[in-house]
Amino acid sequence: MIEWLVDLVISLFLLTGVGFMFVAALGLLRMPDLPMRLHATTKAGALGGGLLMIAVGIEFFGDVAVAAKAGAVIVFLLLTAPVAAHLIGRAGYFVGVPMWPKTHKDELEGRYDHETQTLMSPPGLADKTQDQQPKG
Amino acid sequence: MIGPLASNILLALVWMGLTGNFTGTNLFIGLVLGYLILASALRDQPGFAAYAKKVPKAILFVGFFIKELILSNLKVAYDVLTPTHYMKPGVIAFPLEAKTDAEITVVANLISLTPGTLSLDVSSDRKVLYIHVMYLEGEAEVIESIRYMEYRTLEVLRSTPPD
Repeated sequence: MIEWLVDLVISLFLLTGVGFMFVAALGLLRMPDLPMRLHATTKAGALGGGLLMIAVGIEFFGDVAVAAKAGAVIVFLLLTAPVAAHLIGRAGYFVGVPMWPKTHKDELEGRYDHETQTLMSPPGLADKTQDQQPKG
Repeated sequence: MIGPLASNILLALVWMGLTGNFTGTNLFIGLVLGYLILASALRDQPGFAAYAKKVPKAILFVGFFIKELILSNLKVAYDVLTPTHYMKPGVIAFPLEAKTDAEITVVANLISLTPGTLSLDVSSDRKVLYIHVMYLEGEAEVIESIRYMEYRTLEVLRSTPPD
């Protein structure tokens, strides 16, 4: 009975993980511009990979070597995926990859100086950091 | 003197050595027991008291973050799978509460990791983070939710709680 339950949980993790990876791949084709393709691929891909590794970790729970490796894979996925997405998105934006025409707001536009490579903060917003305290 | 986290790990390793059981489960038990000992026996020392408070917060934060991750992933997945595009993308300027490089790095990474938001760049004066948002229906709401996540992150990172 208990083995059957464990198998069920593992299958659930595997299937959702594969599902998210499929969505990530599909998103690469379906999303209209570069930043949104990054949205679809990096996060869903990392979550999908993480879920697969959780399934591996449950299957080999008694084997420390495998379970620890599965944990390390999750940590590295979560550490590297956002950095890569940020760098690709940043480079794409500043190189001038066209955005989706329906993008309806761009507060970054015109604030980057290619000569000095400095990025200005929007006027007025910079002072607001002090009085906008979170109420958590 | 070694720090609270190192002491906790050391106690867990001692526990594993004494029980002679080198498995992940036993390491986990050792960590929990070590935490309980440190939290009760050294609660009069400020460093350890802060650590005792931080651990539950860090665990709650991980849970909160996983919840966010799954919810927003489902939202993006729905948009990928259905024929119509519901998104209203835009780049917003988010005034940062995080001050040091390490804090900004962690906050920006967590923002990038949540689907629907992608941090593009930090302004050179470190005051504003430019974020590409996929669903910009209510901008105030989006900023509020990012700010809440930043608050929870800083709560775990800083030794003194953010105001």
